[in-house]
Amino acid sequence: MSEPITGGIAGRMPKFIRRADPAVLTAFACIVLLLFVGSLYSRSFLSPEYLLQQLKVASFLGVIATGMMLVILLGQIDLSVPWSVAAGAMMACAAAAYGPVGVALAIPFGIFCGVAIGIVNGIGVAYLRIPSMIITLATNAVAQGLMVVYTGGFSPQDSATRAMRDLATGFAIPGVPNAVIIWALIGAAMVFVLTRTGFGRTVYGIGNRERAAYLSGIDTRRVVLIAFAASGGLSAFGGVLLAGYASKAAQSMGDAYLLPSIAAVVLGGTSILGGRGSYLGTVAGVILITLLQSILSVMQMPEAGRQIIYGVVIVAMLLLYGRAPASR
Amino acid sequence: MKDWRYWLAEQRGTLLAFGIFIVMFTIYTSNHPAGFTANVVQTASNKGVLLAFVAMAQTLVVITAGIDLSVGMIFLLTNCLASWLVVGTGIETAFGVVAVLGTGLLCGAINGAIVIYGRLQPIVTTIATGAVYYGIALLLRPFPGGSVNEDLADALTGRLFGVVPASLVVLLAVVLVVWVPFSRSVLGRAAYAAGSSEMAAYMSGVPIRRGKFAAYALAGLLAAIGGLFLTFFTYTGEAAYASGNAYTLFSIAAVVLGGVSLFGGKGSAIGAIFGALAFRTIGDLLFVFDFDPLWQPLFQGVILLIAVSLGAFALFRVRNRLEWFL
Repeated sequence: MSEPITGGIAGRMPKFIRRADPAVLTAFACIVLLLFVGSLYSRSFLSPEYLLQQLKVASFLGVIATGMMLVILLGQIDLSVPWSVAAGAMMACAAAAYGPVGVALAIPFGIFCGVAIGIVNGIGVAYLRIPSMIITLATNAVAQGLMVVYTGGFSPQDSATRAMRDLATGFAIPGVPNAVIIWALIGAAMVFVLTRTGFGRTVYGIGNRERAAYLSGIDTRRVVLIAFAASGGLSAFGGVLLAGYASKAAQSMGDAYLLPSIAAVVLGGTSILGGRGSYLGTVAGVILITLLQSILSVMQMPEAGRQIIYGVVIVAMLLLYGRAPASR
Repeated sequence: MKDWRYWLAEQRGTLLAFGIFIVMFTIYTSNHPAGFTANVVQTASNKGVLLAFVAMAQTLVVITAGIDLSVGMIFLLTNCLASWLVVGTGIETAFGVVAVLGTGLLCGAINGAIVIYGRLQPIVTTIATGAVYYGIALLLRPFPGGSVNEDLADALTGRLFGVVPASLVVLLAVVLVVWVPFSRSVLGRAAYAAGSSEMAAYMSGVPIRRGKFAAYALAGLLAAIGGLFLTFFTYTGEAAYASGNAYTLFSIAAVVLGGVSLFGGKGSAIGAIFGALAFRTIGDLLFVFDFDPLWQPLFQGVILLIAVSLGAFALFRVRNRLEWFL
């Protein structure tokens, strides 16, 4: 799909397009395609209100995928997203039940719980050298166990604080949902960290070859630990926003975010092996996934069909441009 | 060194898992109100065998240094399929069983084809194919239901001669028919070699691609046997997302407890079976000690966390720090 762009006419294209990753361009092309298909189904699909609504829904996934991207850039993966999201949401709502202090500390406390999960992941991966998919599955199970014990197996009764609801559904700037502003701020911070700081360069370096990064004098283990802590914190923050959006937390509210967050990062051209990828691609991936979900629900596709289409789309896109080089 | 010492070193993980299982099962039965009776053993083995099949499936893939996060979903899919097909007369039932097992084999083969010939990462591939398999399971059974040939189900979940649980006999048969021939064949050796060092194996002319493909496909088959058994126990099919995820997770725990290295090339399905039985017994210990069942997920999660952290002891043997980053 990106062939004509990188072909003969590439020389006349503006610089930013020539430099762009074909994967990112493919993702954006798919977004345009989805918008076109959607507009055939319903006239209102291209209306500003609807698109803004989609952007708002996308921003929850965007916050979570930002953390996932950081970890994937290291060549690792964070499978503890489902219960980091749920733990962040539940703990923030739980804190809200403890008077005015609790209400004030609800959001930081939710994020703190996610960071704690992330730190356990980071210690396991960086210092104990446990494969990340294993340790994050295990911490996910422990977080689930803790939440089940805490809530008694039911969805907690505490509701979200006003601040959480405002963050997720309010409009600080008229016409622009707060959730979108938050995603933009987090995204800008992520771009700054990845491209303008030593930490960001180190993340790419570790993703390419941790040995080489270590030999050049970087404390790679600390960087990995920080990245996992950030991923946990961002997942939990995503959970806090979701709790604000739904005005309460729920069991297994995070299950729907594991596959999409990985898919968004990978569809955006970030190599699952680490060391390569841009945040712009992740933004494209997040919007792509959100639009896909939206179109499937407009088409009244049942849950079963959605799962199948997700899986097929991810495998197909990966086969297009996510393949490992042929060994030998 | 004598031959038996080599054998002992090779089987250390399996023997350790066997030991853990024996200790845990002794604690379990001695505190069980009914004690060590044929009924208790039958119930325990019926529950344990389900996880044992899924853990065997996971072992095959883990040996090649991969991972299959879709085993739980293949298990669910074949459960739902069996609740449609394994019914009716003897011939129909037999046809249904073959179709269910064939579906599992196909699911595994799809995973293998994408990972090996598509050159994608096993984690992402199997998460994505797992979503597809779960979707199909949900299409088959939007609501729990269906039925199964109850004569066959009762025969396979009952007791032989009133003593031996039939499910254990089936497990033994599957080990003898699937695992033993595979691990001794060229393909099995190739799967081990690919997990140990893919480059060296390739250079030595080992058929690593076919070996890995066989491992993934057989993993699907074993997960399908597990799904078939789930149908025999419950008499229904149900596409429960949480249950599929739990089986995937527990299969990894069982594999680790069973002494199979997650870095590939080391371990055996026998070890994973004892790992699975031990894991199930540990989970059920809570019940005989009268804990609130709410604590069970946390307890199992902590066991999993401890089990995977045990691998970190190998770090103490590392002389050169660069070996951390392999």
